[in-house]
Amino acid sequence: MSTAVGDAAPHQRTFKVWRGDKTGGKMVDYTAEITPGMVVLDAIHQIQATQASDLACRWNCKAGKCGSCSAEINGKPRLMCLTRMEALPEGDVTVQPMKAFPNIRDLVTDVSWNYTVNKKITKFTPANPGTRFVAEDGTFRMQQRDVERTQEMRKCIECFLCQDTCHVIRDHEKHEVFSGPRFFARAASLEMHPVDVADREPFLKNEGGIGFCNITKCCTEVCPEHITITDNAIIPLKERIADRYYDPVTMLWRWVTGADKKDG
Amino acid sequence: MEIQTFEHDVLVIGAGGAGMRAAIEAADAGCSVGLVCKSLLGKAHTVMAEGGIAASLGNVDDRDGWKVHFADTMRGGQYVNNWRMAELHAKEAPTRVRELEQWGAVFDRTKDGKILQRNFGGHRYPRLAHVGDRTGLEIIRTLQDHSVHKSQIAVYMECCITKLIKDGERVVGAFGYYREKGRFVLFKAKSVIIATGGLGRAFEVTSNSWEYTGDGYSLAYNAGAELLDMEFIQFHPTGMVWPPSVRGILVTEGVRGEGGVLRNKDGKRFMFDDIPENYRNQTAKDPEEGWRYTQGDKTAMRPPELLTRDHVARCINREVKAGRGSPHGGVFLDIAWIKERVPNAREHIKKKLPSMYHQFMELGGLDITTTAMEVGPTTHYTMGGVRVDGDTQMSCVPGLFAAGEAGAGLHGANRLGGNSLSDLLVFGKRAGEHAAKYAKEQKHGWIDEAEVKASMEWALHFMDAPKGDENPYKVQQDLQKMMQAQVGIVRKEDEMRTALEEITKLKARAVAVQAPANREYNPGWHTCMDLSNLLIVSEALTKCAIERKESRGAQFREDYQEKSKEFGNCNMIIKKGIDGQMQLRREPVTPLTDELKAIIDEQAK
Repeated sequence: MSTAVGDAAPHQRTFKVWRGDKTGGKMVDYTAEITPGMVVLDAIHQIQATQASDLACRWNCKAGKCGSCSAEINGKPRLMCLTRMEALPEGDVTVQPMKAFPNIRDLVTDVSWNYTVNKKITKFTPANPGTRFVAEDGTFRMQQRDVERTQEMRKCIECFLCQDTCHVIRDHEKHEVFSGPRFFARAASLEMHPVDVADREPFLKNEGGIGFCNITKCCTEVCPEHITITDNAIIPLKERIADRYYDPVTMLWRWVTGADKKDG
Repeated sequence: MEIQTFEHDVLVIGAGGAGMRAAIEAADAGCSVGLVCKSLLGKAHTVMAEGGIAASLGNVDDRDGWKVHFADTMRGGQYVNNWRMAELHAKEAPTRVRELEQWGAVFDRTKDGKILQRNFGGHRYPRLAHVGDRTGLEIIRTLQDHSVHKSQIAVYMECCITKLIKDGERVVGAFGYYREKGRFVLFKAKSVIIATGGLGRAFEVTSNSWEYTGDGYSLAYNAGAELLDMEFIQFHPTGMVWPPSVRGILVTEGVRGEGGVLRNKDGKRFMFDDIPENYRNQTAKDPEEGWRYTQGDKTAMRPPELLTRDHVARCINREVKAGRGSPHGGVFLDIAWIKERVPNAREHIKKKLPSMYHQFMELGGLDITTTAMEVGPTTHYTMGGVRVDGDTQMSCVPGLFAAGEAGAGLHGANRLGGNSLSDLLVFGKRAGEHAAKYAKEQKHGWIDEAEVKASMEWALHFMDAPKGDENPYKVQQDLQKMMQAQVGIVRKEDEMRTALEEITKLKARAVAVQAPANREYNPGWHTCMDLSNLLIVSEALTKCAIERKESRGAQFREDYQEKSKEFGNCNMIIKKGIDGQMQLRREPVTPLTDELKAIIDEQAK
């Protein structure tokens, strides 16, 4: 729980900010004046406006709703706009770009890989009118409880902090064969949509590489939207895939009937 | 110097709700579409919309229909709206919302499984389809995920347009730069749609992000398009004022709806002091009656805290100016007091206002169940914008279209909550459809290489050898402070004349702003270029505000406090003169058709 923001006198803090590009860089010291209630993004803006006008960083809403200002603050993946100075321990504050993506400049990284992965996920595909959740006129009939799991996954603001912290991407660099927690959450939001009829399980098993995830829950821990990615997206998807591809009885049945990949 | 060139049938500038919806429509019509966004895809200001999207689906109250929505929108806009846009908007919004559901949007549900709708200020029946308090995010993500599968749409992220290119009268392309590498880019297009949002960054206190520097208005103006009613800027009465880092972030109207009251530093409920005559019959006589209204008593009248946004904003402003404000320059918004009336008030407040509870707890360290919030007005929305044809969204410049907050006409003098998201979809779709139609009738135009070269040199000159020591951030801050003080919520002729003089001085300073010579992701350089847009729109809105010598909707003139019949029949039109000077003229509002007038009269009963 946060503490109240009082009128404490401004004081100085040292920020060690990573400056550079893909060819290399270094930490540069700046001093910012800390006023009550300030967040790390305010300090970066202050440094931009007064000491380093070309210091590169992304930001938009400044209210934790757009997911632009992702960075690593004192080594932890966080949104700069939601990290209050009071919440950080005393001493210097380090601000670095996300490590899992190639650097463009300073705090800005190349996150285009995520947009490429997104295209591979089969889009929402509604069932025909006159089916269980679709009225004859084509409008949907779903109870609130039927959509809650999907809605949880749709809270995602695409800050990509979960991708940044995931060791499969960050340490093992499996970008080519692993789509990462953000896109497991997206796939889950579609797979759990009552009206959707597409099948994304073969993708998740193969190209999506969901098997690489060993459920360390790091993604859930860093999610600023508090989405329980591991428990409510990844584990249920893994279970479905295990049932479909690795359950001995199902495997035998599929072999005997020659059922295609569509049923599950 | 190398310039990348791309060719598209339709170029969409801006990728919020309106831009993405336009791109989808043009792609579905078989056009090749370039979609340019200043930030990453999916980060536009549409994500900030909370309350919902207005559409008369009639799922919660079947008395609702397009006629009621139309009349509500016209009343809210105080009848200077483009009635044709208000009509189309009311008629088409339900289809646009249902379509979004078909594309995967997951709205909250009614008990019988349909899209749930909620009440909102100015809407007669529960009309806002919503997803908790994150409706904007749902809309942007749905459009994003729908459009990424369309091969006809090429997305250019972190790309900023600085100039539209014309061949004779027609717009045939656009020039800009990639923020990432600082490389220049030229788009050849048969039609161009402006969907760049608003101009909140012209003011010091705003809910808008860095992007909203009025780019689209300025691009269109420089290309010869007309700007309409730029004086109508919506100041939302309750933004956060403390701590400084969150100044301007919205505090939902819902706090007052749940019984929250406004007080000054002496603890007085000042809203009871100033109730406009035409609202007296609809306003509570005392706090007791106001409280009963918030608790659902249909025989009680609403408390004065729930008067229109413009009025509440002005009353707050008055208290602060009179020295009766809170310690940090706002007033107190108190919901904690309801513990006198409600058992277990703490849990009640957390349940009714979860996001507000967390917003104040996380960013302000303040528990709204025990302590009053400090709030004040914040610049929120631009009702004015590029003047367009109501049906096609085309401006007076052939091939140039505008939609969403960048376009103008639907909202008149004041926008109702929830009508923005529906505006984006209805007119984004229409702009896409008609820009595609126009593009199919055209060939690519001729691009004047000299004009492209001049645009490039203009961009680069900010990094040339120093011309002075002007810091672009400082000039921008000075402009914002000045506009806030002189052309803000309460306006006076002499102050606004001063503002025009200040703008002239700031323009001179903006010529001398300087950025370090580094093309790669250099926000200082980008700010240099954004400044010229901010200065144009600041001048335009100040000129319109001076000319409109009346108080109507979002415009309040201390020197002309009443509505005037003369100006009630006027729209303000800004256009760039042949001499390069900004010209302003009045034009009569297009009269309503008899059929629509009859609807308004019927709904007023």
